[in-house]
Amino acid sequence: MSVIRKVGNFVTGTARMAFLGGNAAYYLWLLFLAALIVQGLFAYAHQAERGLISTNMRDSVSWGFYIGNFTFLVGVAAAAVLLVIPAYVYDWKPIKEVVLFGELLAVAAIVMCLGFVLVDMGRPDRFWHLIPGLGRMNLPSSILAWDALVLNAYLVVNLVVASHLVYCAYYRIPYNKKIVVPLVILSIPMAVSIHTVTAFLYNGMTARPYWNSAILAPRFLASAFCSGPALLLILFQILRKVSAFEIKDEAIHKVAELMAYAMGLNLFLFGAELFKEYYSHTHHIVHYDYLLRGLNGQPSPIALYAWMSLAFSVISFLLFLIPKTRRLPLTMNIGCVLIYTSVYIEKGIALIIPGYTPDTLGQIYQYIPSATEVRVAAGVFGIGFLLFTLMVKVSVAILFEGRSHATVAGRDAMLAPAS
Amino acid sequence: MRSLPVLPMPAPEPPTAARYSRREVVVMGLFALAATAAESGCAVDKRALDAFVQQHFRDLSPEELKQRLAQMEKRYTEEYGKNVRVSATPPIPGVLYGYALDLSRCIGCRKCVYACVDENNQSRDPQTHWITVLEMDKEHGVDLLRANAFYDHETVPAPGKFYMPVQCQQCDNPPCVKVCPVEATWREPDGIVVIDYDWCIGCRCCVTACPYGARHFNWTKPGLPADQVNPNTEYLGNRPRPRGVVEKCTFCIQRVRNGRYPACVEICPVGARKFGNLLDPEGEIRYIIENKRVFILKEELNTQPKFFYYYGL
Repeated sequence: MSVIRKVGNFVTGTARMAFLGGNAAYYLWLLFLAALIVQGLFAYAHQAERGLISTNMRDSVSWGFYIGNFTFLVGVAAAAVLLVIPAYVYDWKPIKEVVLFGELLAVAAIVMCLGFVLVDMGRPDRFWHLIPGLGRMNLPSSILAWDALVLNAYLVVNLVVASHLVYCAYYRIPYNKKIVVPLVILSIPMAVSIHTVTAFLYNGMTARPYWNSAILAPRFLASAFCSGPALLLILFQILRKVSAFEIKDEAIHKVAELMAYAMGLNLFLFGAELFKEYYSHTHHIVHYDYLLRGLNGQPSPIALYAWMSLAFSVISFLLFLIPKTRRLPLTMNIGCVLIYTSVYIEKGIALIIPGYTPDTLGQIYQYIPSATEVRVAAGVFGIGFLLFTLMVKVSVAILFEGRSHATVAGRDAMLAPAS
Repeated sequence: MRSLPVLPMPAPEPPTAARYSRREVVVMGLFALAATAAESGCAVDKRALDAFVQQHFRDLSPEELKQRLAQMEKRYTEEYGKNVRVSATPPIPGVLYGYALDLSRCIGCRKCVYACVDENNQSRDPQTHWITVLEMDKEHGVDLLRANAFYDHETVPAPGKFYMPVQCQQCDNPPCVKVCPVEATWREPDGIVVIDYDWCIGCRCCVTACPYGARHFNWTKPGLPADQVNPNTEYLGNRPRPRGVVEKCTFCIQRVRNGRYPACVEICPVGARKFGNLLDPEGEIRYIIENKRVFILKEELNTQPKFFYYYGL
């Protein structure tokens, strides 16, 4: 078979696996995601027609919900791959599978990241100005230019590894270790770098004292190491139930334990930040005041979320720290949901908005996302989760349900009219 | 004290033969397909395609720049029904612009704000102001956390208050230029920080990076009524802006490169605003810096503004 025909067969074969042979819950889930995407497209059309004025961002608060989601998802993408380290160190049984699912999640998360950047751009038609060779990248000084570079490189590396693994499994041929192993090893420092560079994007804004803290990048990594694995733990449990995917309980408990340490570190770093701000009590305190209380006697619209995020962090930290509750499936899953929510609020709301409030001239604009922003964001999440769902469905079919080019071909033969 | 002298312009560069850069070739190639499709199809929107592959200002050859200026003039003239001129005046050698603002004279009337809007074709709806006048308490001195940009009195100055207009400080070390991912903004040799509105991608990094709130984003299509358009425009200055890009004060680049004062300096009824060449040792700006109590805003950020506040009385 020629390479082109093999690839064509792979595409049609995996498309069949993705869309055929699911149960009712699966199709309901797909339908739900499709609905999210469609409503998101309508909201984006509205934004494209009127401009970004249909968001609640203004000159005072010039980044908001979109860039918050972007930042959160960079963390998910980074942490999903960093799970390779414990998988290797503790020699979990299906290490290749853990790596693969981590990489698929990374791919979906980066696609969502790029989606959020695109919907936030004033001129999405000029995206090509950011493409090396075509545009004019302001290197080495612009952190956003670096971010675009490392995110795209990270996407390519993960896409290459994941698709190569699945392709080889589809044809039941051994994968190329000479390519896969170095790329997986390369993806580890790259995972650290994408989240560090994203932290530096804020850190480098000298005009905004709220972000001008040397522990911002470490905080980003610590919180990402909570939220990324939280998603994967839930995924592994679902897969274990509905497919032949197997993962040892010890592996799951180990991930939960590591999340407890990461969350502990995250809380410690946040505490260090609070000490510095409230003990020195300089003018820069206003941003933390806006985060946790409010300014000039006016309550802050985000304070409730900030406290919620902090409470969820503390509760989930305790749940994952105590061996009994991190082993009990119910409390562990509650912990996962709490951690995910907590980090989502931290990155989506608590990171960006207080940095802009009050603005550089001391003026206060109280930002909360508009309905259009929430709807567009839901659409982007819909695209990412749809992509992730389809990729996982195909991978499970090939790796655990014995599906391959042969079974697809066999099925074709059966479906073909009798000659 | 002397006013800003009108200096001779440099001789124009000889035109070079039109060449295509690698970037141009690839971009044109990429979109040639789209063009073919559009042309063979229904209505051809060649202008939209031209706008899409529009090059960076500094990549234009003198010949291309001339063409581009002519295209723009035609487009704006059609759109606003009056003869709009677009120039790309080069900087004057030996000039570094400096600005000084006398806090003891300013009365907070906001005449400068609106003279700037009229001169620089800012959006009237929604309103975009390149100058923000802050009202502060004399009791507390310059304290941005107590500043109010939205004061509204019957008459100014209000008792116990003083006023501090803030606009682009034309930093020598501009954080906005540093963070731009696509080099859409840069510092010109005469110190003016400019934006190529046809290259800006609207990511708003610069809006976030600016410590002076001087950068403004076009959240929707600027509302510029045809009868209020100032037809004397600059490519890197006050020409009408598209939606989705950032704009800012350019010290009225279209005026100062032709030996005139910025509109805000001209309109100020109390003479609080001074402007001139920092490199001229006999100039007014140098006199103020050397003899008055001068400060710059947020000195600790090392942005090195060329905008000086002082107490003249």
